Amino acid sequence: MTIDPASAWITIAALAVGTFLIRFSFLGLVGNRPLPPWVLRHLRYTPVAVIPALVTPLVLWPAATGGAPDPARLLAAGATVLAGVLTRSVLAAILAGGAALYLGLWAF
Amino acid sequence: MTAPSPRATFWRGFLNALPFLLVVGPFGLVFGVVAAEAGLDLLAAGAMSVLVIAGAAQFTALQLLVDQAPVAIAVLTALAVNLRTAMYSAALVPHLGAAPLRVRAFAAYLLVDQTFAASLAEFERRPGMTLSEKLAFYFGSATPVVPVWIGASLAGAVLGRGLPPEYALDFAVPIAFLAILSPMVRSIAHLVAAAVSVGVALAFAWVPYGGALLIAGLVAMVAGAEVERRMEARRP
Repeated sequence: MTIDPASAWITIAALAVGTFLIRFSFLGLVGNRPLPPWVLRHLRYTPVAVIPALVTPLVLWPAATGGAPDPARLLAAGATVLAGVLTRSVLAAILAGGAALYLGLWAF
Repeated sequence: MTAPSPRATFWRGFLNALPFLLVVGPFGLVFGVVAAEAGLDLLAAGAMSVLVIAGAAQFTALQLLVDQAPVAIAVLTALAVNLRTAMYSAALVPHLGAAPLRVRAFAAYLLVDQTFAASLAEFERRPGMTLSEKLAFYFGSATPVVPVWIGASLAGAVLGRGLPPEYALDFAVPIAFLAILSPMVRSIAHLVAAAVSVGVALAFAWVPYGGALLIAGLVAMVAGAEVERRMEARRP
């Protein structure tokens, strides 16, 4: 199925406004007023709290395989995490994940 | 130690964001290809990447529209996927909150996973940075990421169906997210937050329209903060 142009443009416009307002929310409203310590403590954990939940379904049930778990993609995810934890380098993690993915796709 | 010039700080931000291009490039290409297959013309695909700059949200919206979901559902779900940027926005307040409103508005437009991850890591590494240094670094980190995202989207839209699925470019997305995440897990509290996030996401996977992500994010954030609080309380 393809998307009709009117739906596409309404979606694009709504997302343009909506995503900006979400990003501007705290930066725009709070200004230079200091946030209380308990808020800051929670915010320190936002990336490690959100990203695993976002990635888990993509790793376990990739859309490219119709939602079936895929050994090559599982291997790639594991290699990315391992390299990231051991080297503390985003680039090393990406390279390890890419290498494992293509190795896995070739092997399985 | 003398303070680095804003120019040097800008370029440090630029350099620190370069590794993300390995991800943003393929991700943008895939988005362009998916958009072309979904029937979006070059202008619409490009406009979406310029105006929205949110890969996961853009994919979500397209996928739902292709599946014949109502426009309102597609928009709300895509926005829910992007709600994490509200948390990023809040996390940047202690660092960029003192900037003028217009600068904060421009920073908000450029607030994506990569600029946030690169900048927050730097701000935590160097607690003595001034506001102008932080802004220079932040805009420096956005300079390679955003144009490459837009350019790659357009290239993908032109290529259309030319890219074979054997390249598995779809998996650029999870690899990118995991590569950003893994080096951030520096303490037991981080590890607990990440584990809770995975567990809750799986337990609530049946919740439609990105709901599991929101529930897992909130619960895991509270779990991480609570572990940190207890470990600090135990310290003499």
